[in-house]
Amino acid sequence: MASVMGLQAILEVYEPDPANLLDILHDVQEADERNHLSREALSDVAEYVGLPASSVISSATFYSMFSLVPRGKHIIRICESPPCQLVGAESLLDILVETLGVDVGETTQDGAFTLETSSCLGVCGVAPAMMIDEELYGNLTKERLAEILEAVRSADDGS
Amino acid sequence: MTVPERKILLAINEETQLAGVRDIERALRDALQTRGLTETVQVVDTGDLGIAGSGVILRIQPDNVLYGNVTSADVDEIVGEHLVGGRLVERLQIHPEAEPGVYRGAQTRIVLWNCGVIDPESLEEAIAAGAYEALADVVEKRISREEVIDIVTRSGLRGRGGAGFPTGRKWSLTAQRKPKYIVCNADEGEPGTFKDRLILEGDPHRLIEGMILAGYAVDAERGYIYIRGEYGLSIKRMQKAIDDAREAGLLGDRILETDISFDIEIRKGAGAYVCGEETALIESIEGKRGYPRRKPPYPGGVGLWGQPTVVNNVETLANVPPIVHLGVEWFQSYGTDTCPGTKVFIVLGHVEYPGLIEVSMGTRLRTIIDEFAGGVRNGGRFKGALLGGAAGAFIDESGLDVEMDFDSLREYAAVLGSGSILVLEEETSIPELLHGILRFFRHESCGQCAPCRAGTRALLAIMDRLLAGNGLATDLDLMIEVAETMEARSLCPLGQSVILPVTSALRAFRSEFEALLPVVV
Repeated sequence: MASVMGLQAILEVYEPDPANLLDILHDVQEADERNHLSREALSDVAEYVGLPASSVISSATFYSMFSLVPRGKHIIRICESPPCQLVGAESLLDILVETLGVDVGETTQDGAFTLETSSCLGVCGVAPAMMIDEELYGNLTKERLAEILEAVRSADDGS
Repeated sequence: MTVPERKILLAINEETQLAGVRDIERALRDALQTRGLTETVQVVDTGDLGIAGSGVILRIQPDNVLYGNVTSADVDEIVGEHLVGGRLVERLQIHPEAEPGVYRGAQTRIVLWNCGVIDPESLEEAIAAGAYEALADVVEKRISREEVIDIVTRSGLRGRGGAGFPTGRKWSLTAQRKPKYIVCNADEGEPGTFKDRLILEGDPHRLIEGMILAGYAVDAERGYIYIRGEYGLSIKRMQKAIDDAREAGLLGDRILETDISFDIEIRKGAGAYVCGEETALIESIEGKRGYPRRKPPYPGGVGLWGQPTVVNNVETLANVPPIVHLGVEWFQSYGTDTCPGTKVFIVLGHVEYPGLIEVSMGTRLRTIIDEFAGGVRNGGRFKGALLGGAAGAFIDESGLDVEMDFDSLREYAAVLGSGSILVLEEETSIPELLHGILRFFRHESCGQCAPCRAGTRALLAIMDRLLAGNGLATDLDLMIEVAETMEARSLCPLGQSVILPVTSALRAFRSEFEALLPVVV
């Protein structure tokens, strides 16, 4: 999780107003090593914006971009919208499940990837598409998928 | 600083990014540096050029030359031959206007006018291309708030988010209680839709101006743009545009030293389709779960923090500045009598050139598919299309001549919705596609009201068993019954609109569903 100092620094960017809650949660999650919102962080955010912790947890659990369980270093979000489905996203998901050895919502044992789906990434012109963290990949094929995963892994090993 | 003699416009969109446009941009800047051309030639990132299937494209201005499928290896030749030597590199030149389908025909661009033409991160370029002219008109000609509402009302502009409600009327229905708010709905989550993203990324100042005008019209001083969290580049560009506009005195207290005050903040969504519904979006801005509110009261009376609020879609607001600046008659020269103006469509699926086009309202579906998207891919046969996204309707071949506007589509029991057109070739399985749509709705139902929460689950369960070969003879009727109950009893348009894909699929392609039923011996 974000260190205590780190969390304070994030909070202080914002006015202590419930209206800033989603933006704060985005920033807190982004700063977290495991890509998630810990219970402690949620309590601290609640205290800062002046809401009961239950309200903050209620909001955080509603939105699919937030996770209350620790995730992998990289989040893979494969698009399963009809335009992507039409050009083969379903079989790509099967390939990802098989290659990574995890189901949707799970994290690989080495902690490298969490596999998620997205309702629509809004890049339908290059369907089928997926995002890994902030990076977008389109016109996916089985071969490209393997290459991309390999490239992400080797970039990590090199760093 | 010298004024650059030439500009190289580089289209940055998902297609060109995948084709390596960033590497090419780097090579281009290096080559200009090497040849000492950085003062005279400016490299400009721009949005979609409206040209599909040509990889990375450079447009050199004012020469008006287009080079397509450019790779890093070509950069030196372009710089050396064209920019230094003044000779065309013919092997790379593309002539899109001569190739129907590639240029997507003769589009009529109003809201995308500047997209792909200006640098969206430059306020100066936006102003040179006409940004804030309508605002200047309002200030110089002392156009009153009422007159702005009147102009927009008379223009006949209707909401481009899907429902088609008259924009001027929405504004005039805003209660007289301050403070009031303008909320721009940029939570573009409808599957198969990315028109608003291109406006946010390609011409952010247009949206800012539209919001200032809306704010002035209804006497609101604060605006919010709610952008979906997945749209990183949109958020970045929009924030830059807001900061630049504020710096230039176009946002903030006493805009351009007038009595008009207006400022804008961005709110970032976090992945919830239902937040595209206006009251759910308002709840989300307030930091809560995106649960839709019961209507009435409508946001115009009780909206953000209980105050009167106008919620408009990105494309709607982008239409406002040209309407105010160029007038009602000009706007009405496009489109149909009841749906004036243009519409941005997203043509996807089994077409030769998937992508985005802007054409007059009322353009025939057949024209859009054949002339602008190159027809069904590989010369295949047209089976049907899903119009308007997941919350849209299927049409079959008999609907090919429908005029794409709010009213004509109703005659086909279809909707314009988000403007998404998913074209399906002969081999497509409609039950499988509907299965995907129902899975989508089950995932995105917010769970607040029972008809939608239970209905989306029931529909998916029925579709699951049909596809598994375990369907019951009564299942097709049951699906319609469930969807009808959802339409009648759900709290918000999410649950209410599931009936559109369900009944239209079962009506137009019933035999495919019947084929899934077990054979009765």
